[in-house]
Amino acid sequence: MNSNIWVLTSANAVTIATTLILAALGALFTERAGVLNLGVEGILLTSAISSFLAADSSGSIWVGLAVGAAVGALLAGVHATLTVVLRANQIVSGLALVIFGTGLANFLGKPAEGKTVATIIKPMTFGPLTRIPVLGPIVFEHDIITYGTIALAIGSAWYLFRTRPGLELRAVGDDPATVDAQGLSVARIRIRYTLLGGALIGLGGSWLMLAQSAAWHQAATTNGIGWIALALVVFAGWHPVRLIFGAVLFGFCLRLPFTLQAEQITFIPSAFMQMLPYVATLIALIALSRPGSKNLRGAPKSLGNPFVRDER
Amino acid sequence: MTNTSHEVVKGPHHSGDAAPIALSAHSITKRFPGVLANDSVDFDVRTGEVHTLLGENGAGKSTLAAMLCGLYQPDSGYLLRNGQQISLSSPRAGLQHGIAMVHQHFRLVERFSVAENVVLGSRNLSFTLNRKSIDEKVAAVAESYGLPIDPSAIVGDLSVGQRQRVEIVKALYQGAEILLLDEPTAVLVPAEVEKLFENVHAMTAAGKSIVFISHKLGEVVEISDRVTVLRGGRVTGHVSGRGSTDTKELARLMVGRDINLSTQRASHATGHEVLQIREVSLKSEGVDILSHITFNVHEGEMVGIAGVAGNGQRELADTIAGLISPTTGTISIGGNMTTDRGPIAAREHGLAYVPEDRLGMGLVPSMSILDNLLLTRDRHIVVDRASVRPEANRLIEQFEIKANDADHVARKLSGGNAQKVLLARELSGGRAATKLLVVCSPTRGLDVGAIETVRRLLDDARSAGQAILLISEDLDEIMSLADRILVLYRGAIVHETKGEAAQLATVGAAMAGLNTEGAA
Repeated sequence: MNSNIWVLTSANAVTIATTLILAALGALFTERAGVLNLGVEGILLTSAISSFLAADSSGSIWVGLAVGAAVGALLAGVHATLTVVLRANQIVSGLALVIFGTGLANFLGKPAEGKTVATIIKPMTFGPLTRIPVLGPIVFEHDIITYGTIALAIGSAWYLFRTRPGLELRAVGDDPATVDAQGLSVARIRIRYTLLGGALIGLGGSWLMLAQSAAWHQAATTNGIGWIALALVVFAGWHPVRLIFGAVLFGFCLRLPFTLQAEQITFIPSAFMQMLPYVATLIALIALSRPGSKNLRGAPKSLGNPFVRDER
Repeated sequence: MTNTSHEVVKGPHHSGDAAPIALSAHSITKRFPGVLANDSVDFDVRTGEVHTLLGENGAGKSTLAAMLCGLYQPDSGYLLRNGQQISLSSPRAGLQHGIAMVHQHFRLVERFSVAENVVLGSRNLSFTLNRKSIDEKVAAVAESYGLPIDPSAIVGDLSVGQRQRVEIVKALYQGAEILLLDEPTAVLVPAEVEKLFENVHAMTAAGKSIVFISHKLGEVVEISDRVTVLRGGRVTGHVSGRGSTDTKELARLMVGRDINLSTQRASHATGHEVLQIREVSLKSEGVDILSHITFNVHEGEMVGIAGVAGNGQRELADTIAGLISPTTGTISIGGNMTTDRGPIAAREHGLAYVPEDRLGMGLVPSMSILDNLLLTRDRHIVVDRASVRPEANRLIEQFEIKANDADHVARKLSGGNAQKVLLARELSGGRAATKLLVVCSPTRGLDVGAIETVRRLLDDARSAGQAILLISEDLDEIMSLADRILVLYRGAIVHETKGEAAQLATVGAAMAGLNTEGAA
C-alpha cells in the first residue's frame, strides 16, 4: 500500500473539511442564539449554484464567493423572519428551506449543467514548507479560504467566550428571558446571528463549488454535507475549535472511498465505503446524544424554542 | 363575597418627615385578553422605604410591577419619577431611570458565572471581557451593601438564596435606585428570609426604595413601611406603619372575606400502618439521592416531608409511586410489597399520587376533565364515557371545580382548578379504593381561596381514614397540616417531630442542614 495515498486522503480531508467547518460554524452561531436552522443543505446548494453563476458571468471567484454568502444570508433571512419574527416552528421552517433550496438550486442550475468554472481558487504556496514529507501536503497545500476558515473557527471561540457580544449571544441561546429582562432585544440578536450563520453556510457552499467541484451536478454537488455539518455541531459540543477536528475526521471519512477506489482496494464494495461518512455521522450522533453525555453540556438550553415574553 | 372594594384603612401615620416620593403610578389600567389586570391603580414609593404590594395570585401585583419597571406598558395612566413624567418602553428604559425588578423566577443564565450574569447587558462594558476586572467590580458592589457573593462561582451551583442575592447585586450594579422584589421569599427557607430582610434594611438605609411584592401576610407586616392591598386588579386598601398592622384585616382586604387557613389537627386515633418504607436508598451515577429512608404512615395520619427543593423529595415520591426502583430497601403499601413492581402494582394496592408537576405528570393538558378521570378508571379497549360522566359531574360539584362541564379541557383550567381535578381523580379511587395518598406541593401557585379548598380536601381525606404523605416546600403548610413532620436533607431524614410540637426555627434549621439530630 502506498503511503502517499494516505497523505493525499488526509490533505483532501482538510480540503473538504473547509466546507464542513464553514457550514457547521454557520449552524453553530445560529444555534448558539437559540435558533435551529435545519436548512443548511438547502442553503449550501442554492449558494453553490449562485456563486457558480456569479463567478461564471463576472469571471471573478471573489464575486462568486460574495454572491454565495449573500444568498446564504438571504435564505437564512427567510428562516429568521418565519421563526423569530412570526415564531413559526423552527424544525418545519428549516425542513421547508431544504426542499425550497434544493428545488431553487436545480432550477437555477439548468443553464449551468455540464459547464465548469473557468477560474478556480488556487492553493497558496509556502515554498519549501510544502515539500516537507507527509506534513507538507496535508498542512501547507491549501488555499487562503481554508486557512482563513480555520482562523475564523479559532477566532469564533474567542468571540464566543471572551467578548461582550459573545456573552450576550450565549445568553440568548440559553435563557432569552434573562436577556430580555436586561433590555437587550432577543429578536435582534437572533436575527443577526441567523443571518451571519446563513452567510457562513453560503460561503461554505460557494467554496465547495468554486474550489472543489468546479462543475454543477445538481444535488450531488453537496451530497448531504449540510446534514453532516449539523451533526458536526453536536459532535463538537457547540465549540468552534472542536469543529475543526471533527470536520477533518468527517472529511477523511468522505474522502476514503475515492482513495480506496483509486488504489483499487476492492475487497469492500465501494457502495459500502461511500456509506462511511453517513454511518459515522449516525454512530457519532447516537453515541453523543445519550442523556448525560458530556457533549450535550454545550447545547444551548433554549435551542429550538421561539421566544415569547410571558404575559400574565 | 362581602363588598369591601375601595375601602381605605387608615393606619397610624408614617413618622412626620416623609421622604420624597421616588416613583409614583397614577390611574394605571392594563388589560390582557379577557382580563382587566389593573383597574386605575395608584401607587407610590418613597426614597428609603419598603412599600409592599399585597394580593392573591392574579390580583394584579406582578402586572403592576411589570409596568413600573418597563416590562409592560399601561393601556392608560402614567408614571412619575421624582415628579417628572416618564414612559418606560422597555426594561432597559426602566433601568435608565434607576428602576430594576428582581423576578420571582430568576433571570440568570445558569451556566454563567456570577460576575458574567451581573454584567450581562451592561452598557459600560468593553468589547473584550477581562474576567478579573469584572470579578473585582462585581465583588466591590456586592460588598458595599453587605451582600457577600463569590463572583467567579457558577450560578447553576448556587443555592436559591444565593441566586437571589446575585439578582439583587445585578440590579444594584446597574445603578438601580428602586428595586421591585417579586415574591422574593417564595423560594427561601426561614434563615434565608431573615438574611434577605437584613439586606433589604441595608439597602433602604443606603437610600434605595424597595417595592416588595408578596401574598404572605406575616412577612409583609414585618418588613413593610407601607402596604397597598390589591384584589381583582383594584386597590382595596392602604395601610401604613410598621408592625402595627392587623393581619386579619389585611387578609380580609386581600381576599374580600374572612378566611381561615388553619385546619384543625383532629386528635384522631391512627390505625394500621398503610405505608411502610424500610431502609430505602437510591443512587444515581454514584450520587446518593436517598439514603436509608425508614418511616411509616398510618391510617388517618398525615405525615409531612419538609425540605428545600432538590433534597430528594421528588425521587422519594416517585419511588413510592413505583416510578423509580430504589437501589436498596423495601416499600410496602397496605401490607403488600410494591418494591420494583412498577406504578400499576402500587396503584392496585391503593396508592393515589398527586405529583408536583400537575399538568406534566398529573393530567394530560390537551384532554378533557372526563378523559383525565378515565385514565385511572376505564380499563376496557373501547372508551365508555357515558358511564363515567355522572361521576365526573358529581366530582366537579363536590370538589368545587370551576369548569363549564366535564368536557372542559384541562389545559384551560386555572392552576387551582387543575389541582382540584387531580385531587378529585386521585382521592375518588381508580383501580382500587385509595388507602394512601402521596401529594407533592399541592398548593404551590394557587390563590388563597383554592389553597383553602385543597387543604380542606386533604383534611377530609385524612378524617376518612386515608394515610397521607404530604411533600411540600411550603413549611407553613406542613406545620399547619401534618401530624408528624420529617425533614429531608440531602436525601436523608435529619429531623422528626410531632406536628403540634414543631418549632419553626428547629425545622427551618434542619432544612438548612444545620441540625443532624435524629439523623438516620
